[in-house]
Amino acid sequence: MHKKMAFSFPDEVLEHVFSFIQSDKDRNSVSLVCKSWYEIERWCRRKVFVGNCYAVSPRMVIKRFPEFRSIELKGKPHFADFNLVPDGWGGYVFPWIVEMAGAVPWLEEIKLKRMVVTDESLELIAKSFKNFKVLILSSCEGFSTDGLAAIAASCKNLKELDLRDCEVDDLSGHWLSHFPDTYTSLVALNISCLGSDEVSLSALERLVGRCTSLKTLRLNRAVPLDKVANILRRAPQLVEFGTGTYAAELRPDVYSDFAGAFSSCKELKSLSGFWDVVPDYLPAIYPVCSKLTSLNLSYATIQSPELIKLVSHCPNLQRLLVLDYIEDSGLEALASSCKDLQELRVFPSDPFGVEPNVSLTEQGLVAVSSGCPKLQSVLYFCRRMSNEALVTVAKNCPNFTRFRLCIIEPRTADYLTLEPLDVGFGAIVQYCKDLQRLSLSGLLTDRVFEYIGTYAKKLEMLSVAFAGDSDLGLHHVLSGCESLRKLEIRDCPFGDKALLANAAKLETMRSLWMSSCAVSFGACKLLAQKMPRLNVEVIDERGPPDSRPESCSVDKLYIYRTVAGSRFDMPPFVWTMEDDPSLQLS
Amino acid sequence: MSKPVEHDYIGLSEQPLPSMEKRSGDTNAEKSGLRLKDTELRLGLPGSESPEREDRDQNVLSLKSFVSGAKRGFSDALDGGGKWVFAGGSGGGSEGLFSPRRGGNNNEGNDLSGSDSGLKDGVAPKPLVVQEKKSQVAAGNGNTAPASKAQVVGWPPIRSFRKNTMASHPPKNDDNAEAKFGSGCLYVKVSMDGAPYLRKVDLKIYGGYKELSSALEKMFSCFTIGQCGSHGVSSRDGLSESRLKDLLHGSEYVLTYEDKDGDWMLVGDVPWEMFTNCCKRLRIMKSTEAIGLAPRAMEKCKNRT
Repeated sequence: MHKKMAFSFPDEVLEHVFSFIQSDKDRNSVSLVCKSWYEIERWCRRKVFVGNCYAVSPRMVIKRFPEFRSIELKGKPHFADFNLVPDGWGGYVFPWIVEMAGAVPWLEEIKLKRMVVTDESLELIAKSFKNFKVLILSSCEGFSTDGLAAIAASCKNLKELDLRDCEVDDLSGHWLSHFPDTYTSLVALNISCLGSDEVSLSALERLVGRCTSLKTLRLNRAVPLDKVANILRRAPQLVEFGTGTYAAELRPDVYSDFAGAFSSCKELKSLSGFWDVVPDYLPAIYPVCSKLTSLNLSYATIQSPELIKLVSHCPNLQRLLVLDYIEDSGLEALASSCKDLQELRVFPSDPFGVEPNVSLTEQGLVAVSSGCPKLQSVLYFCRRMSNEALVTVAKNCPNFTRFRLCIIEPRTADYLTLEPLDVGFGAIVQYCKDLQRLSLSGLLTDRVFEYIGTYAKKLEMLSVAFAGDSDLGLHHVLSGCESLRKLEIRDCPFGDKALLANAAKLETMRSLWMSSCAVSFGACKLLAQKMPRLNVEVIDERGPPDSRPESCSVDKLYIYRTVAGSRFDMPPFVWTMEDDPSLQLS
Repeated sequence: MSKPVEHDYIGLSEQPLPSMEKRSGDTNAEKSGLRLKDTELRLGLPGSESPEREDRDQNVLSLKSFVSGAKRGFSDALDGGGKWVFAGGSGGGSEGLFSPRRGGNNNEGNDLSGSDSGLKDGVAPKPLVVQEKKSQVAAGNGNTAPASKAQVVGWPPIRSFRKNTMASHPPKNDDNAEAKFGSGCLYVKVSMDGAPYLRKVDLKIYGGYKELSSALEKMFSCFTIGQCGSHGVSSRDGLSESRLKDLLHGSEYVLTYEDKDGDWMLVGDVPWEMFTNCCKRLRIMKSTEAIGLAPRAMEKCKNRT
C-alpha cells in the first residue's frame, strides 16, 4: 500500500538518493516522512551520532541502525573540562564496545568525547573490528599506553589515531613499536597529549618512514627539536604537523638541519605544538608560513614582537590559537595581515594573577573584529571589557557563529561606565543572527537574559557563570531560545520557579547543567515526577540529598532527556530522583 | 629503634554496624542516613596518634597486626606540627556515607541537620571558593609574589592540560615565573587499592597534610563502606560481604606518593611545599604493601639534607 504512495520507487533508488544525505539532522527528517522512508533510511545510515551516551542505550542504537560503520559518542558534561564533574561520574564506553563487538563487526570508526576509555575497551576494539580504521579520542581518560599497544598491534587497516587532549597513563614509550613492520596505512597520528615520558623515537621514525600516506602528525612535548628533522625528512608530504618541544641549543648546525627539513615540507597547512619556544628558532618556519591556514601557538610563551613577526608572514591564516602575550598590538598586526581569519582563540598566560601581566584588553578584540571580515568564531580571555567595545564588535561581525568571552574576574563591570555588560552582550545576540554558541562573563543582570531570549533564536549552546539576579533570567532563556540544546550554568541565583515553569522545554534540549545555583531538592524530585523522559541527576558529595531538608539547594544538577531510563553506573555521589528505590537495583 | 607501638588504624566499635541490622534491599533506609559513626576508616601514618583514639581504644573490635619498626615517626617533618591522620569523619552537613567526626582535628561541628554550610576548610557555599591562596615565594628569589585572591573551582574555565602544562614550565624570560606559575593548580591522580576508579585532587588548594588527608578520606570513605560499580551495577544497598570482611579484619591503608624520580614514598616525609612540588600522583595502598617504602624514604631524606 505505502509503495503506491511513494510512487513505486524501488527501495534501492531511495537508498541511493539517501546516500547523498550525510547530515544527521537531515537524515532524521527523512526518517520522519513515512514508515517506508524510516525503514529504508535506518538500514542505510552509516554514521551514527549520539550526543549524550546516556540518552539512548547501545542496544537501541544497534537495533535501529544495524549497518552503521561509524559512531560518535559524547559522555561527560562540558563543565567536566574545568573539573566541575567529580571523577567517577560516568561516561564509560565499555558497554558500548561490548554490544558493538557482537553486533557490528564491520565497524570502522569510533569517535569519543569526554568518555572514560579503559585499556580493556581498547583491547576489545582491537580484537573485534577487523576493518577498524579511525579512532578519535577527544578529552578522554582511563587508558594507558598498553591499550594503545593493542590497537597498534591488531588494527591492520588503521588510518587515524587521534588522542586530542586525552589523559593517558604513560607506561611505556614502546607502544609505537607494536605497529608491525608491514603496517603502512597510517594517515593521521596525534599523540600531542602524551606526557613527558619518552616516546621511542626510532620506532616513530620508522613508522613515519613507511607510512607514505601520512598527512597529519602531532608529536608530544617529549620529542626534542633536534630529532624532528629526521622525522620531517621522512614525511615531506605532511599537511598538518605538531612539533614537540621547540627548544634546542642554539647551534647553527642543529638550526640549519631543522630549517632544511622544514622547508622540504611543501604541503604544510597547519602547525601546532611549540612548547618551550626558543625565539631564535622561529624563523625556521617562515618558509612555510605563506601557506599556513591554521596555527596553534597556545603553548608558545613568546612575546608580542616575535608573534607579530610570525603572523605577518601568514597572510592566509584562517585559524589562530595564541596566548595573550600577543597583546593588543599583536592583534592589531593580525588584523592587518590576516584578512582570511575565521577563528581566533586567545588564552591567558597568567589566569590566576591578580594584576594583568600583559597589555591585552578589549582593544585587541575590537581591532580583529574590524580588520577581519570573515571572523566567525572567537574565544577571548581578558581582564576588562566595555559595552561600547562589545557593540562595536557585534556590528563589525554579524557573521559570528561562536562567541565566547571570558573576563577573568567574575562579575567585572564595564570598566568605562561601571555598568553591567548587558547591553554589550545584547548587541552581540541582536546583530549576530546566526549565533550558535555563546559564553557570558562579567557583571550581568537579568536584562542580558531578556536580550538573549528575545534575539538569540539560533542559539544552541549557552554558558553562564556568576550572572543574573533572579529566576526571571533563567526563564527568559528557557522560554525564548528556540534552538537551545545545551545550557550550562554555574554560580547564578536561579532557583526552582523558572525550572519548573519550563519543564517541558527541557525535553527539547540535550542537557541542562546547573551548579552552585539555588535549585532545591524538592524541585528536582517534582521535576523528575513530572517529566519521566528526563533523567534528573543530583551530584552532591555532601551525602544523600534527602538527609537535608527538601528546601536545601543541591550542589550540582544535571538534567538530560533520555529514552533509556535511569542509568545503572552512577557513583555514590550521584542521585536520581526515583521514588521507588527498588527501581535502582534493576 | 623504639618499642613497636600498636596502632588502631581502623576504629571499629563493639556495636554491630547499623547496616547489618537492615535488609540489604532496603535502600530507602540506606539513603536516609546510614549511621556509620562506628565504622571509621583510619589511615594513620606511623608514629602518629589520633587524638580521638584515646577514648576509643576500648571500643576497638579488632586491631590490624601492625608492621613494627619499619615505619618511622614523621610528625617532626610536618608543616606546622600537629598530627596527620587519615581519619574517619567529615565536616558538618555530611551524612550517610560519611561518618561524622567526634571532636578531633578539624574544626567543623557535628551539625548534620542539613544546613548549607556543609563545606569545610574555608569554603563558602556559593560560590565554591576554595581557599585563600598563599603567596608563593620564588626559591632563592627575594621577591614575593603579590598576594592573590581566593581561587574559585573551575574558574577561569581553562582545561587541566593547559593549566598543568603552563604551570610546570614557566616562561624562561620571566623573573617572577616561579611565583606566577607556582600558583594555579596542580591536579594529581589519587588511586586507592580496591577502588574502581581514580580521583583527582588539586594539591594547591590544601594548606597542609591535614587538609589533604581529610579531603581524601571524604572522597574515599565511600569505597570502604559503600559499593561502587564501574561498568556494572552500582548498588547502594549497604556493605557487601567482602567489604565487610576487609573492615573487620582491619585492613589498614597508608598514603603514598610518587615523586618526580618515579619513586614511591610515604606521604608526610617532607615539608608540605616540597611535597606539592615533587608529588606526581598519590596512592592509598594497603600498608602490607607499603613495608618496603620506609627504608627508601629514609635514604632519600638523608640524601636531600
